[in-house]
Amino acid sequence: MTVPVTSYLLVALILFCVGLYGALTKRNAVIVLLSIELMLNAVNLNLIAFAKFGLHPAITGQIFSLFTMTVAAAEVAVGIAVLIALYRNRETVNVDEMDTMKR
Amino acid sequence: MSGQFVAFFILSLLTIGGAVFMISFTRVVHMVVSLGITFLCIAGLFVMLDAEFVAVSQVLVYSGAISILMLFGIMLTKKDDVEPKAHRNKRKLISFLLVAALFVFVFLGIQASPWPNPEAAPQPVEQSNPKQIGLAVFTRYVIPFELVSLLLLVALVGAILMAKKEDGK
Repeated sequence: MTVPVTSYLLVALILFCVGLYGALTKRNAVIVLLSIELMLNAVNLNLIAFAKFGLHPAITGQIFSLFTMTVAAAEVAVGIAVLIALYRNRETVNVDEMDTMKR
Repeated sequence: MSGQFVAFFILSLLTIGGAVFMISFTRVVHMVVSLGITFLCIAGLFVMLDAEFVAVSQVLVYSGAISILMLFGIMLTKKDDVEPKAHRNKRKLISFLLVAALFVFVFLGIQASPWPNPEAAPQPVEQSNPKQIGLAVFTRYVIPFELVSLLLLVALVGAILMAKKEDGK
């Protein structure tokens, strides 16, 4: 008796929804970036669940999740650099005060 | 074999709990620490799914590098920033409704789909998991692998250039 694949999919779905809610409502840009990481991680969990329980179980899902992880790390590095440059110029990290292009 | 169920229950509870605490905390540093717990427990779920190599990379990259990088980002900007409690309630409500609708749709989709029987899943083969991943990465996926290393190099140089002080000019 093993844990069914739907349980893993459900955990990943809840994580994705929490991350989406955080990305839509939080004000601090660092937390918005972190919520996006949470969504990427939920997708990784799905990929690995299907690598074991899918219709054609293969190692490909794990390799794809490794690539996703690499891209996520690059995204965080560039995002933090942009945030620090922005903080130096505008003295804010709140996403609703970054509205220069709207004014 | 109910030990597997107990492990899955504890790990998923901690995972979801960390994420929900991330939403409900008000101090920014607390949010990052609770999300670090979530990342660690997701690594535990990866171990349960026979993906040991990905689990170790998850601990190294997410709970190690990304959480610390986020803490650095907070310390270098506003270190005692607090999310205001009652703020933009209308927007929060709209976002909540949108996310709840997404949840219900995907949940119904998961429940309605026929999934292959987990008992029919092949038992883990004799080859160890890192060996399998190494063989696949360096034969079939060697070009994406090299491209990803190039992407990491470009992102690193770009991040250093952007975060550098511009006093030199």
